[in-house]
Amino acid sequence: MGIRFILMVNKQGQTRLAQYYEYLTLEERRTLEGEIVRKCLARNEQQCSFVEHRTYKIVYRRYASLFFLVGVDNEENELAILEFIHLLVETMDRHFGNVCELDIMFHLEKAHFMLEEMFNKAL
Amino acid sequence: MALSGMRGLSVFISEIRNCQNKEQERLRVDKELGNIRTRFKNEKGLSPYEKKKYVWKMLYIFMLGYDVDFGHMEAVSLISAPKYPEKQVGYLVTSCLLNENHDFLRLAINTVRNDIIGRNETFQCLALTLVGNIGGREFAESLAPDVQKLLISSSCRPLVKKKAALCLLRLVRKNPDVVNVDGWSDRMAQLLDERNVGVLTSSMSLFVSLVSNNHEAYWSCLPKCVKVLERLARNLDVPQEYTYYGIPSPWLQVKTMRALQYFPTIEDPNTRRALFEVLQRVLMGTDVVKNVNKNNASHAVLFEALALVMHLDAEKEMMSQCVALLGKFIAVREPNIRYLGLENMTRMLMVTDVQDIIKRHQAQIITSLKDPDISIRRRALDLLYAMCDTSNAKDIVEELLQYLGTAEFAMREELALKAAILAEKFAPDLSWYVDVILQLIDKAGDFVSDDIWFRVVQFVTNNEDLQPYAALKAREYLDKPAIHETMMKVSAYLLGEYSHLLARRPGCSPKEIFGIIHEKLPTVSTPTISILLSTYAKILMHSQPADPELQNQIWAIFSKYETSIDAEIQQRAVEYFALSKKGAALMDILAEMPKFPERESSLIKKAEDTEADTAELSAIKSRAQQQASNALVVTGQQPANEPPQVTQLGMVKIPSINNLENNHVDQEVTQTNGTMGEVEPQNADILGDLLSPLAIEGPPGVSGTETLSEDGALALAPVGEQENAIKPVVDIAEKFHDLCVKDSGVLYEDPYVQIGIKAEWRGHQGRLVLFLGNKTTSSLDAVNAVILPPSHLKLELSSVPEIIPPRSQVQCPLDVVNLRPSRDVAVLDFSYKFGTNLVDNKLRIPAVLNKFFQPVTLSAEEFFPQWRSLAAPPLKLQEVVRGVRPMPLGEMANLLNSLRLIVSPGLDPNANNLVASTTFYSESTRSMLCLVRIETDPADRTQLRMTVASGDPTLTFELKEFIKEQLISIPTASTPPVPQQPQPTIQPISSSDPGALLAGLL
Repeated sequence: MGIRFILMVNKQGQTRLAQYYEYLTLEERRTLEGEIVRKCLARNEQQCSFVEHRTYKIVYRRYASLFFLVGVDNEENELAILEFIHLLVETMDRHFGNVCELDIMFHLEKAHFMLEEMFNKAL
Repeated sequence: MALSGMRGLSVFISEIRNCQNKEQERLRVDKELGNIRTRFKNEKGLSPYEKKKYVWKMLYIFMLGYDVDFGHMEAVSLISAPKYPEKQVGYLVTSCLLNENHDFLRLAINTVRNDIIGRNETFQCLALTLVGNIGGREFAESLAPDVQKLLISSSCRPLVKKKAALCLLRLVRKNPDVVNVDGWSDRMAQLLDERNVGVLTSSMSLFVSLVSNNHEAYWSCLPKCVKVLERLARNLDVPQEYTYYGIPSPWLQVKTMRALQYFPTIEDPNTRRALFEVLQRVLMGTDVVKNVNKNNASHAVLFEALALVMHLDAEKEMMSQCVALLGKFIAVREPNIRYLGLENMTRMLMVTDVQDIIKRHQAQIITSLKDPDISIRRRALDLLYAMCDTSNAKDIVEELLQYLGTAEFAMREELALKAAILAEKFAPDLSWYVDVILQLIDKAGDFVSDDIWFRVVQFVTNNEDLQPYAALKAREYLDKPAIHETMMKVSAYLLGEYSHLLARRPGCSPKEIFGIIHEKLPTVSTPTISILLSTYAKILMHSQPADPELQNQIWAIFSKYETSIDAEIQQRAVEYFALSKKGAALMDILAEMPKFPERESSLIKKAEDTEADTAELSAIKSRAQQQASNALVVTGQQPANEPPQVTQLGMVKIPSINNLENNHVDQEVTQTNGTMGEVEPQNADILGDLLSPLAIEGPPGVSGTETLSEDGALALAPVGEQENAIKPVVDIAEKFHDLCVKDSGVLYEDPYVQIGIKAEWRGHQGRLVLFLGNKTTSSLDAVNAVILPPSHLKLELSSVPEIIPPRSQVQCPLDVVNLRPSRDVAVLDFSYKFGTNLVDNKLRIPAVLNKFFQPVTLSAEEFFPQWRSLAAPPLKLQEVVRGVRPMPLGEMANLLNSLRLIVSPGLDPNANNLVASTTFYSESTRSMLCLVRIETDPADRTQLRMTVASGDPTLTFELKEFIKEQLISIPTASTPPVPQQPQPTIQPISSSDPGALLAGLL
């Protein structure tokens, strides 16, 4: 049980925030992010929010131009993670007032801080 | 807070954002990294504000995927800053940038500890978060007791407690052996009484982790968990801020139910009753609502409740309720619920016996196999696989086969394997099984491993009733215009053994069978040819007394292959030829194959292997893996295919004589492996061995070679595609190919450096000059050039200066002596440092075989006596080359001429043929005349027959392979790694080849 990483990525596939909870080398991260982003961004609204990739299950959610991707292992309640993402977004909304990509880019420290604080829900 | 005030950082982020392309972004990042580096160098003048700003930039750059290999010290030092903004940055960046093994972390331990035991709550939180995120061993050893103390301290506020619980959780998870949790059950029980939902949630997470390691110690906590559930789900006793869309903390509910699943049962009847009451409420009371979030949250709880009910193996009544719910879920429109419905049904099958109820939903599940979403299709496939039994195998397998036709690449292999296993496990009758497997090979031959068709052969051999049917089916498939190679193997085997059973049917006389099989021979690969030869021998045997015409035809084929370069084929041809001369005695020698002893299906074992790493691997990789696992399954010894891959890699970089030896060993391993695995010990009489087509798999390193060439390509990629920050501006592979036919030109170029080459060749010696040019206005440091010579070349590079001054060029002469013929290539490992970037390139040096040629033109009077005197292998080798890059004859002549193989027009009477000659120089061979003849087929430009002759067997072989590479490979710019492939990958093939073995001996 557990979250392995959290990514926030824009529509172009650029990473806007990344937090890993296990050690991966830079190269591994880059490849992983590329693969996942390619897979998830190609999916449409009618498809489910879960994608299996290597040993991970990616639970993702799209908000306007921003994708939230959470990598979990097989022992995780997918819907709980999905709603954790929403809770995080709601919290960010509360703070930034309708959060957008730029808020996260230019307030990286706040985004990180909120993530840390919310994390106990999901762990 | 921190970022808001930092203009420089905002500007930097904006600039990065405005970059039009990756290249611009890289330049901007490089500039910034340079800037930060210089600022950090004279750290004295740096204010905390500036330091903070730069560290943020570093984090930002790191997040974008660039390597930040400096400034870690600065980040760590910020941890000890007195003020929050700096400290926060320090903690955050440290936890992102450094991993648990990083040395600098050790420096920070004391500061972190001081913050944890200090009185400032926000600092405590920061420190606990860092420790939790990194969770390293040293942290665990020195800090776990402090964290534990905080968690149970009564004076500690919820804010800190939450963090302490999470921190401890991570430490326990990562270092279960270090963190001492003996006697924690009482404390845990106490924590689970917590009223504050935030602290309770964190504690529950910790509890899940502890219980998962050792539930025995925590029985006393079980009732507490049920209490928590009652409080949340029944009493709704939760403060407003912890309800989510009206649901009392769904996350805590989920976690509590998860914790309960780690206990095997619940003994106490009261607790059990209370829990089931709650579960019943969840199962019944969850309705589908409009609000997506509420719906998701309530279903998160519902799915967890389902899992818990399944685990506790409740009364049958509740179980069927669960299946009913899941049945509803897999039919809803909402894809998430459908996905989870399928997933949980599969799980349910594993824990309880509900097969019959689930079967009612079979139609719906099959529909999901056609869902547009691959995630859902995967789940459906898994479920179908799990629910299959004798009653529904026919339907399910047929669905899978049908789906196989349209399935995407990513799923095909898994699909094929699963269909094969189900067919084997649950076949209602054996003819159906044969049908399924043949269809499978027909539709997805590439994904049908040898195991699968071996298995068919075993079944057919062991079941006499099946033999005519299988032979007939095989015969039918051969009528198809194009059939897969695997199909060719299996049909050839089956027809060889059993076609006489069909003799009275139309189109099945020995002659016709032979005709239709032999028609396909030119299209199959070497291992299949050996099977075909066995088939011919068998046909001959079954048609005794033989039809003289057929017999002559087959004898002609045998005698043709008696000179085959492939040892296996050659041996078969020679022996079959000799045996078949024995007339009726042949019957005794080539009798039908005896029955195989019953054995466990290797497929099923393999399925377990493959399931572990689901279909997400690239096809090549998984196939290679599959082959390795084949070996494992079949022989039960070390996967013999593995080691060559390793040496393979080594060979490319540092070719040395050792490799040759290694390859001998490897080959032996493969050989024993093959014989042991495929031929049953019961069949130990020698002829049985030889005749068993199944023995092919092993001997000439065939399967190994396949893996090698595929994997070799993979392993090679790094040579072509180095992950340097600085990318070459020219196509290295293309330049190399140009230089193979030219004597001067550019070998490599990137924004900073250009390497040119100029070469002179005389006989077996050559002198190259490398021109190393610095294109920039600053000097290049740490320049290093090392030659990795192959064993057949003696290379001497004069010293290379360590620094190349700005805008200047240095010349480095390189002397080459060719010792003996070989196609191996020398590699130049060239590295230098520009700014922060270490650039390292492995470049092939164009000192290739054809450089040691001296053109020679021969007249007909000179050519033909030579040609005739070099009559047979190994001095004269002939091969039919397929997959040739189609080109007009003139172009081919030019290509040969450019390689200094001078074409003599008019020597060959046939205008479609080319004859060329050259003289080769090396220390071992001295000067040696080489003759080449290429016969092309104007109707099919992709294949040709090539004959190469010289006075030295190694040279003949190497030259033949060399020309083949030139004809087959596509040295174009578009795919740089591809041209790399031929040179090195050929090596292992050749070393399992008699010619190369010979070469090795010489």
